[in-house]
Amino acid sequence: MSNDRTITLEVMRYRPETDAAPSFQSYVVPYVEEWVVLDALNYVKDNLDTTVSYRWSCHMAVCGSCGMMIDGEPKLSCKAFLRDYGSKIRVEPLSHFPIERDLVVVIDDFIEKFTRIRPYIIAQSEKPVSEGEYLQTPAQLHKYKQFTLCINCLLCYAACPQYAHNPEFVGPAALSMAHRYNLDSRDSGRDLRQEVSASHEGVWECSFVGACSDVCPKHVDPAAAIQQTKIASTMDYYKALLPGGK
Amino acid sequence: METITTDIAIVGAGGAGLRAAIAVAEADPSLSIALISKVYPMRSHTVAAEGGAAGVIKSDDKIEYHFHDTVAGGDWLTDQDAVEVFVNTIPKELTRLEHWGCPWSREASGKVAVRPFGGMKVMRTWFAADKTGFHILHTLFQTSIKYPSIKRFDEYYSTDLMVENGRCTGVTAIEMRTGIMKLFNAKAVIICSGGGGKVFPFSTNGSIKTGDGMAMAYRAGVPLKDMEFVQYHPTGLPITGILLTEGCRGEGAYLVNKDGYRYLQDYDLGKPEPTPRLKSMELGPRDRLSQCFWQEQRKGRTIKTPHGDMVHLDLRHLGEKKLNERLPMVLDLCRSYIGVDPVTQLVPIRPVVHYMMGGIHTDINAATPIKGLYAAGECACVSINGANRLGSNSLGELLVFGAIAGRNAVEYIKGEGRDLNAAGTTKLAADAKARVDAIFTKTSGTESVSGLRKEMNTTLEDGAGIYRTEAELKVACDKIDGIRARYSQVSVKDKSSVFNTDLIYTLELGSMLDVAQTIAHGALQRKESRGSHQRLDYPKRDDVNFLKHTMTHYTGGATPRIDYLDVKITTSQPAERIYGRDE
Repeated sequence: MSNDRTITLEVMRYRPETDAAPSFQSYVVPYVEEWVVLDALNYVKDNLDTTVSYRWSCHMAVCGSCGMMIDGEPKLSCKAFLRDYGSKIRVEPLSHFPIERDLVVVIDDFIEKFTRIRPYIIAQSEKPVSEGEYLQTPAQLHKYKQFTLCINCLLCYAACPQYAHNPEFVGPAALSMAHRYNLDSRDSGRDLRQEVSASHEGVWECSFVGACSDVCPKHVDPAAAIQQTKIASTMDYYKALLPGGK
Repeated sequence: METITTDIAIVGAGGAGLRAAIAVAEADPSLSIALISKVYPMRSHTVAAEGGAAGVIKSDDKIEYHFHDTVAGGDWLTDQDAVEVFVNTIPKELTRLEHWGCPWSREASGKVAVRPFGGMKVMRTWFAADKTGFHILHTLFQTSIKYPSIKRFDEYYSTDLMVENGRCTGVTAIEMRTGIMKLFNAKAVIICSGGGGKVFPFSTNGSIKTGDGMAMAYRAGVPLKDMEFVQYHPTGLPITGILLTEGCRGEGAYLVNKDGYRYLQDYDLGKPEPTPRLKSMELGPRDRLSQCFWQEQRKGRTIKTPHGDMVHLDLRHLGEKKLNERLPMVLDLCRSYIGVDPVTQLVPIRPVVHYMMGGIHTDINAATPIKGLYAAGECACVSINGANRLGSNSLGELLVFGAIAGRNAVEYIKGEGRDLNAAGTTKLAADAKARVDAIFTKTSGTESVSGLRKEMNTTLEDGAGIYRTEAELKVACDKIDGIRARYSQVSVKDKSSVFNTDLIYTLELGSMLDVAQTIAHGALQRKESRGSHQRLDYPKRDDVNFLKHTMTHYTGGATPRIDYLDVKITTSQPAERIYGRDE
């Protein structure tokens, strides 16, 4: 419960029309045991400074809007509890993305890459709806299920040293989504996706630091998806060398 | 003003908006589509739906059963022609989603699995663990990428519909990245902007659920229908109002009071049994279960906590294995947000505002009375939910009527709406811009957005909650009318252009106040108890006077005008709603 305790929230501010560079602004907010960092930000917005901008919606870690750097680590602010931090909490926009305004980053690059990997079922032939569902056993579902859980919060891009180094890198969430569809028993689009996944900017760019999997709030393992894609691509290469290979 | 010309503009890119967009793209790939949303599609609140989507698929089920459950569940305020369309179409829509890659939970045979849900006579709720809305939304979003004619305008906040001579010719929207208002000139517009649960203080809804599309249509002259019917979901977590899916009870969870007693047995909902029985006890409908909480509270049998009175949801007997497999998100939410482990501990819960049955008035073609203007999903009232929506009918609704809206908009612009005479649209857009500019540039204001929002929230909770009375509703109406008047005294402090949430929150508050007013006034005028609208002073359903939809009209004045529209009955005459015993 709340008492007289307070904490200081150091919020990175950047308004491109007036600010030459980002700077920090501090706000003193009440410490409430059950609060997450997002609650503290909302306190600021409602009571101290209406000009602070950030994205949020669901407050239950499923819409993926409120990713930001909290004390230097990429987190969903709706799932980062004040009680797990000290009396001063530093909040910044997600790393490796251009800042649009305050804690809001430009995510055009991710959207473009996500679009490029063709994140949808590519079926050999379309079965009419009147013929009912495709059969898919729980084991077949299990094979790709964890990779469907990505909420596109982009914490993995903010954690990825490779993406920092080379912005052309397709990146964890997009590659992992390509893998999700490749593994789906209803899909036969892998060859098309490989044009992106197995390209120079695709899985081979990953140096397997695994930071993406560490920060994922939904326990998706993009690093595993990337490693599995590498193995599959290597198999493609050797298969192509065999007589009759493509 | 920069003008974007498109064949069809869709406002909102959640489940309904995406489904509508795909329907248009499939009907005619040569048509241009502008899909406009104030958030990226995957942030839309469809994402938070958990339990599932009902559709008849198993051999022990019948379309007529789903029809009857839905009509009775809605306390006969549903339009039965719309329900017929809905129950007949939804199995195909769910199958189509399966073909698009939705990771539905499966039986060992590989067939889609179903689970029980409240108020449903047969198990018919398709589910993807307890993240069904999330998977439906992402499947639709990802599938939509396949269609080049769908052009997205992410993070554009729509402000006004362009309506001239009874026809909709477009919509204005602020590009949030630049703060620039643009005009979308369209032959048809489809509103899929979701509900407005944020008018209440304690809600499962995300912050974006501010009723903007409802208010926009209302101001443009479309009546809002049955707005007084607000669904409280019986199982929300304390503090945040985070939803614990009805799937919990579908899997067999119990609701118990402070004595560990399954209190629902005291309210004509059947007898307690160890395993779930359909349409009985914990699998009763949401309105009844939320009302039971209130009754228990009055009897002093709820649990006092620092965060208000609670009852307990008991999942312990289901075992860790089943909970992990069927309700993984529930485990995570309880452990993270309230530090309770449902495997070994009782979970404190209370009713929480969840869904609005009412909305933009449409017919069964998803068409509003304004030509070229359609609506679907929670923002619309078609009406398949009547006075109380059954759990797992809303995801189905946005698919069925999203697709219908898309297809009918195409038909319209190929026929009657072929030629767009938008001579007056430029003037209308300029008016819209002037309206927003006046709010934006105002410098001296005595009111704050957060202050008025809190007052509105408290007023509705106090006056238009689970049980209502004439006296309390009168107070609520007066207060909301007053807050609406004071809204003109709000000034936006942030005068910058880029991603100005101070401005957006201000505009959203304007939408919410319109919505709040229709709820309070609709509730005051409906002198009966039906479904989610319970009047302590009129405790009985009154089919003689109120087997009718409330139609709330915007007048431009201080209060709305209300009239009524007959409910459409095809085969099911109003009768007693029966749960927990034989019909």
